[in-house]
Amino acid sequence: MAVVDQQEAATDTPAARREKVRQRKAKTWRDRWPPLAAVVGILALWELIVVGFEVPTFIAPGPGEVVVTMIERWPMLMMNLWPTALESLAGFALGNTIAVLIAVGFVHSRLAERAFYPIAVFINTIPIIAIAPILVLIFGNGFTPKIIIAALICFFPTLVNVTRGLKAVNPATLELMHVLSASRWEVLMRVRLPSSLPFLFAALKIASTTCVIGAIVGEWIGSNVGLGALIIEATYNFRSPLLYATVILAASLAVVLFTIVTLLERRLIRWKVDAAAV
Amino acid sequence: MGAPALAPAADAGADDLALRLDGVSVTFDTDHGPLTALQDISLSVRSGEFLTMLGPSGCGKSTLLRTVADLLPVSGGTVSVIGRTASEARRARQISFVFQDATLMPWLSVIDNIRLPLEVGRGNGVTIDAPVPAEELLAMVGLKGREQALPHELSGGMRQRVAIARALICHPKILLMDEPFGALDEIKRDQLNVELLRIWQETGTTILFVTHSIPEAVFLGQRVLMLAANPGRVREVVDIDLPYPRHLGLRDQPEFIERAAHLRQVLETC
Repeated sequence: MAVVDQQEAATDTPAARREKVRQRKAKTWRDRWPPLAAVVGILALWELIVVGFEVPTFIAPGPGEVVVTMIERWPMLMMNLWPTALESLAGFALGNTIAVLIAVGFVHSRLAERAFYPIAVFINTIPIIAIAPILVLIFGNGFTPKIIIAALICFFPTLVNVTRGLKAVNPATLELMHVLSASRWEVLMRVRLPSSLPFLFAALKIASTTCVIGAIVGEWIGSNVGLGALIIEATYNFRSPLLYATVILAASLAVVLFTIVTLLERRLIRWKVDAAAV
Repeated sequence: MGAPALAPAADAGADDLALRLDGVSVTFDTDHGPLTALQDISLSVRSGEFLTMLGPSGCGKSTLLRTVADLLPVSGGTVSVIGRTASEARRARQISFVFQDATLMPWLSVIDNIRLPLEVGRGNGVTIDAPVPAEELLAMVGLKGREQALPHELSGGMRQRVAIARALICHPKILLMDEPFGALDEIKRDQLNVELLRIWQETGTTILFVTHSIPEAVFLGQRVLMLAANPGRVREVVDIDLPYPRHLGLRDQPEFIERAAHLRQVLETC
C-alpha cells in the first residue's frame, strides 16, 4: 500500500503531469503522421502526374483545380448537398426503423420469419440501380422515390443483424426471465433489445454510408437537384473539377453520418459482452 | 427468520414441507422417440432444509430443478411447492433460480441487476411485498461499495455473488441452484461454499443445490439426493449428520472423508 501511495504522489507533481501530457501529445503525433503523410503524398503525386503528362482537365483535373472549384462553387454545391443529405437521413431512419420492427416480428413468430424472410432476400438481390427507375415511375420526381431507395439499401443488413442480435440471448437468461414471470414485452424491452444493440450499431454503420449511395442513385434517374443530379450534369458537360468536387462532398456526407453513428454507439454501449455474458 | 432447525427430515410434519414431489416423471420427445428423463421421483424437502443433488451426467438433476421452477412441465405425478403448484409458487415469487452462468444483464449496474426481479412480472400477476433492500443483500454477499460497477468489471465469483443477491431479494421460500459454482476455480468455490452456508443460516431459506462435486455435496447438504441415470431416478438419499456451522477444515476430518467415500461408492453403481 505504501508503495502505491508513493507512486500516486509521484504522478501528482506538476512536473510529472507536464511530462505525461507531453508523452500523450508525442504518442498522438506518432499515430497520426503516417496517414497524413500518405494523403499529402498521394495528392502531390496526382498533381505531378496531371501536370507532368499534360492531362487535359476534362479527363482528370489536378487536386488544385478541384479545390479552387470547390471554393468558387461552394454556395451552389451546398444548395445541392441539402436535398441529398435530407433524402439520405430520411431513408436511413425509414429503412432502419422498418427493419428493426420486422426483426422484432421475426423473433416472435417463426411463421412470419419463414414467410417473409425469402421475400426480403429476393428484394435484396435486385440491384438498387434496377429498382430506381421503377420507383421513380411510381412516385414521380420528388423526394419520395429517393428516400425509398435510400431506405431499401439500408433495410436488409439491419434486418439480418438485428434478427440475429435479438436471438443471441443466453438461454439461461431467458429461463431467468421465465422464473421471474416476465411477459414477452418485458423480455423484449429488458433483454432482447439491449443485447441486440451491438448488432444494431454494426448494421447502422453500414447503413450510414449506403444510404447516401441510395439517395444519389435515386437522383441520377429523375432529378435536377441534389449531388446525384450534379454528378450527371457535370459529367455530360465535361466539367470534371465540379464532378470531382461533388464526389468529394458526397463522400464527406457519408463520413459525417458514419462518425455520428460511431459516437452514438460509444455513448450508448458502455458494457462489454464477452465476459459479462457468463 | 432465524437459523433453520436441524432436525432430520423424517421428523417434519406435512405443514412444514417446502417441496413435495409425488411420482414425478418427465418425458421428452426426441427424434429417436420419447426419452424418459425422470421416472417416478418422490421426495419431500423440509422447510429450511439444505438438500444437495448428486449424480452422473444425464441423471436428470437439472431437469428435476427445472420442473420445480416451472421451467419444464411434468409428464406424470405432482409437484407441490409450499402447498401450491410450481406455476403458482413462481408467480408468488416463492421460487428463485441461480444458474451456472450468472445471467446478469451486462448493461445494468450491480445494484440494478439485483433489483431486476422487482421490475418485471407485474403484468403476469406477480405481487411483490416488502423486498429485501438491495444494499442489505449487497453487504450480505460481500460486495458493499460495488453498487455502480458493471458486470464485466467483476470477477466470475463476484458475478455469481450478485446473482445470489438477486435471487434473494423477494424472500424466496426455495432457492434452486444449478451448479452455481461449477465454472469457478476451486479456491473461489470453497470460499463461496462457506459464504453460502452463512447466507442459508441468515435467511433460513430452503436450498436445492445441484453439483458434480462429491466434496461440495457433502460439505453443504443436510441430505444428499443421489440420482441414477437412464432413466433418471432416485438411487439413495444420504443423511449428512455433520453439525453446522461447517468450516473448510472439516474436509480433512475422518467423518467427512468417510461420508464422501460412501457417496463415491454409491455413485459408481448409478
